[in-house]
Amino acid sequence: MILATERLGVVYGDTPVISDITLGIAAQRVTAFIGPSGCGKSTLLRCFNRMNDLRPDARISGQVLFHGQDLYGEGVEPADIRRRIGMVFQKPNPFPKSVFDNIAFGLRINGFRDDIGDRVEESLRAAALWDEVGHRLRSDARRLSRGQQQRLCIARALAIEPEVLLMDEPASALDPIATRRIEELIGELKQNYTIVVVTHNMQQAARISQTTAFLHMGELVEYNDTERLFTNPGDERTEAYITGRLG
Amino acid sequence: MTDPVAPRGGRFDTRLAARRRAGVAFRWLCRGAAAFGVAALVILLAKIAADGFRMLSPDFFTQYPSRLVERAGIRPALLGSLWLLALVAAMSLPVGTGAAVYLEEYAPRNRFTRLLQMNIANLAGVPSIVYGILGLALFVRFAGLGRSLLAGAATLSLLVLPLVIISAQAAIRAVPSSRREAAFALGATRWQTIRHHVLPAAMPGILSGSILSLSRAAGETAPLIIIAGLTFVTFDPASPLDPFTVLPLQIFGWTADPRAEFHDLAAGGIVVLTAIVLLMNAAALLIRKASRK
Repeated sequence: MILATERLGVVYGDTPVISDITLGIAAQRVTAFIGPSGCGKSTLLRCFNRMNDLRPDARISGQVLFHGQDLYGEGVEPADIRRRIGMVFQKPNPFPKSVFDNIAFGLRINGFRDDIGDRVEESLRAAALWDEVGHRLRSDARRLSRGQQQRLCIARALAIEPEVLLMDEPASALDPIATRRIEELIGELKQNYTIVVVTHNMQQAARISQTTAFLHMGELVEYNDTERLFTNPGDERTEAYITGRLG
Repeated sequence: MTDPVAPRGGRFDTRLAARRRAGVAFRWLCRGAAAFGVAALVILLAKIAADGFRMLSPDFFTQYPSRLVERAGIRPALLGSLWLLALVAAMSLPVGTGAAVYLEEYAPRNRFTRLLQMNIANLAGVPSIVYGILGLALFVRFAGLGRSLLAGAATLSLLVLPLVIISAQAAIRAVPSSRREAAFALGATRWQTIRHHVLPAAMPGILSGSILSLSRAAGETAPLIIIAGLTFVTFDPASPLDPFTVLPLQIFGWTADPRAEFHDLAAGGIVVLTAIVLLMNAAALLIRKASRK
């Protein structure tokens, strides 16, 4: 287990968002978090790179363990955690800079010591984007298609050599073809990275993940092999959700 | 009942003609209100131009005030105004932007911050003469700066600071949070996020807001009557510690003169001051427009 939570709870202001979640995430696999809107799956994801710190009203209880170390423990530097645990967001959010600078930014601020140009190319190749944008590294990233922008955001995250990639509904703002390319990419990346994907699309979870967690109203209802969870759910709420009666 | 369009009348008295007339009347009312503002500005500018333009000669810009109308000019007042604007910009922009960054990016969202915020908004509405009295006590007397450019600039900086802070805050708040999240998620610290993403994105808004605030300072008279008090300066200000006058004060002094010829000098000064303010506002608009692309 590269990542684990121990009785994790998150409260925004006075509103509990998730509570008492204990689960472990295996390395080099794709883990999917599914559940209806507002079930807390994104909030859970954002505990793994301390993104919830940015919300002043968020309070966390319990533990999040990364290689057995508490991410919320004393002396843990969020910036260091976020380099090692990357994140891709729902809406592609490239910087209003060139393709090259989008990737170079993370390298520079984290003190990358090798050749930045080489690393930019490697990252774009890893995100299956090099063939499309390799010849226009200097053009503004916002001129790329949305699907390309999202793969640029993945390339940007990969460039700083994270161990884990957190993806918050990475394809929900994309058309079906772009979605498929992202899904294929996730399949390739899992050989080298641990991937956690939040999705509201059950078919997508079934296609890309090996393990699935079903959350409902801030609670972890079921956590199992994806195939088992979808063919033989152990909880009636899971069954209701995957058959479309709950959502 | 196969007709999809409901029959007229029935249980409704639609009074369509009256409703349409009310709509037209309201549109004209709004149009009139807009025209009134524009017309007032145009008439004002035309009046200033008619009285003042013929005063604009090279001599008018290079001569010092004089008891003789034909030998009087605005040189020290113009230099004083430019000095003052530069000093106010140098003081209020870094402090104002810094305060705005603190309030938007660092300050905890608690009661103290809200109180601070409310105070800043209130300070923006304090009459400028009050700042003049404060400046006299604080900078001229207590800090021992005397009636110097520096004391005047410090006073006007206090005056425009709330405006600079509020407009810079608006510019910083307009930076989408997805931009900050993107930077944080790559391991950027808060300072790196602000330095590389928030400030560059907010800079056009901060600049245009600051220029508008500075143009307010350029036309400010009341506090400077208290701080500087001079309208008859016959030397160039050479350092921030020199006594000074500014265009609005010079204009004020000439209009107060009982001799009518001096009122024409005032009109000439008004043309110059108005041109400076309009140019600054145009620059702010251009920056804002260019950043939208």
